Amino acid sequence: MRGWFLPLAVAFGFIFLYAPIISLVVFSFNESRLVTVWGGFSTRWYGELLRDRQILGSAWISLQVAFWSANLAVIVGTLGAFVLTRFGRFAGRLLLTGMITAPLVMPEVITGLSLLLLFVSMELTLGWPAGRGLITIIIAHTTFCAAFVAVIAQTRLRQMDESLEEAARDLGAGPVRVFFDITLPVITPALVAGWLLAFTLSLDDLVIASFVSGPGASTLPMVIFSKVRLGVSPDVNALATIIIGFVLVAVIIAGWLLRRTARRM
Amino acid sequence: MNALTRSAPWRGTAWVFGKLGFSGRSLVIAIPMLWLGVFFLAPFFVLGRISLAEAIIARPPFTPLFDRAPDGSLEIFASLENYRFLLEDALYRNAYLSSIRVALVSTIFALLIGYPIAYYIARAPEPKRSILLLMVILPFWTSFLLRVYAWMGFLRSNGVINNMLLSMGVIDSPIQMMQTDFAVYIGIVYTYLPFMILPLYANLTKLDGALLEASSDLGASPMVTFFTITLPLSLPGIVAGSMLVFIPAIGEYVIPALLGGPDTLMIGRVLWDEFFSSRDWPVASAVAIVMLVLVVAPIMWLQSVQNRRGMD
Repeated sequence: MRGWFLPLAVAFGFIFLYAPIISLVVFSFNESRLVTVWGGFSTRWYGELLRDRQILGSAWISLQVAFWSANLAVIVGTLGAFVLTRFGRFAGRLLLTGMITAPLVMPEVITGLSLLLLFVSMELTLGWPAGRGLITIIIAHTTFCAAFVAVIAQTRLRQMDESLEEAARDLGAGPVRVFFDITLPVITPALVAGWLLAFTLSLDDLVIASFVSGPGASTLPMVIFSKVRLGVSPDVNALATIIIGFVLVAVIIAGWLLRRTARRM
Repeated sequence: MNALTRSAPWRGTAWVFGKLGFSGRSLVIAIPMLWLGVFFLAPFFVLGRISLAEAIIARPPFTPLFDRAPDGSLEIFASLENYRFLLEDALYRNAYLSSIRVALVSTIFALLIGYPIAYYIARAPEPKRSILLLMVILPFWTSFLLRVYAWMGFLRSNGVINNMLLSMGVIDSPIQMMQTDFAVYIGIVYTYLPFMILPLYANLTKLDGALLEASSDLGASPMVTFFTITLPLSLPGIVAGSMLVFIPAIGEYVIPALLGGPDTLMIGRVLWDEFFSSRDWPVASAVAIVMLVLVVAPIMWLQSVQNRRGMD
């Protein structure tokens, strides 16, 4: 695997990964409505985007959903990871391990459909949740995002020097105090990274949200999907560029946080 | 960090949780257990139960499991009719088979493209290695939907690729690339490539360089060394990466919906249409249950392979 073949294959791989994204960004500054024909530089589509009430409304819904899902996912995922790494044997350990990793590989159509059917059945028997919308999307996103948070938190908890916790216990701290004073501060950067991942995943999800949302609660990916289905449109390119910009900033912050802790430990 | 631990919010929360008697181990276990039990596990039972029902025009659009018969006795309604329907109707059989085929072909392409990259990164010196690794992961963070959309602009008949080939004079008329199986393969490989590269990379970095040296000292050509040492030793990485591409690819909906043609049959799309267009919830549930079996089977296999390796 030496010589010219390997670098060429790698270069091809990276061109494959980046060319579509770069062309997306470039054509978002295109004057022409024909997305792939260059008609001169313009920020016209960004202006048009800011006047599109449907997109702005759905972006607001998506941000709310992502914010609350990420918060809840960090709580559920961290507790799950903590229980699995620190509690030794307990009844239902295998079940919890399965339930916390399975959402990672579950096809979205199955998760979406089964959760919707659960919500409908719950509404019939318990009267809650009444109808579907923001709440049901948040619950659905929390469930699959918690799995990703749990993976990150588990890695961090395993790497962490457990003698810190032991020392605190020896000095007379109770388990709650040890968790909040020692464990939590040490794993916080990993949790921030987990939160950002959950936030991005929630913001990105189309399939699950389509199943569990109700009338009047269309998330941004749902609106984009209905636009894109009809063909390529320049304002979606502008939107994509904005999202890519945000994601870049978020990834850089997350990477920096993880690096900082990795150095310290 | 000390300032953080001493800060009021942490202390306040700790105090409140302590007062609530939250120190109980079982209570801590209960939170993730209950959440996932209700919102992850329970839905599958509901799914299984509705797959045994019959579609009716009502709210909800399926027959109840228990019903009062006219004489007041409790009747249980459950039938395997939907599953028989799935078996007999060629549409579903073809959709399952073609999902497996598409997922398999995409996985092979992802392996062929991903392996050299993973190998190269694993052999690269440190600062370069981290940067390349970050470059592999970065696209994964941008919106999945928009990445698929980017390929629409690329593959269209008046898209970037066709325009480029036309202006270079390679072709006279645009090639039809959108709405073909080819476009679906590209979409899947593109989306899931990082999932292939990362496990391969993790495996290849553990490869002992001394083995490669020994091999070349004994006169083996780089090719022979690769096929007799590197490739067999990286098999666990290949299996893990392939699973991570194959499993989500089977149930993929967005990629065939946007890049595929009307005859690109994939089971995720069939399920979606069954649910949103035909509004047949019981049949959609049965499709999901069969798909679940298709997805769970390779995972179980992978687990058993890993367990066996662990025992060796």
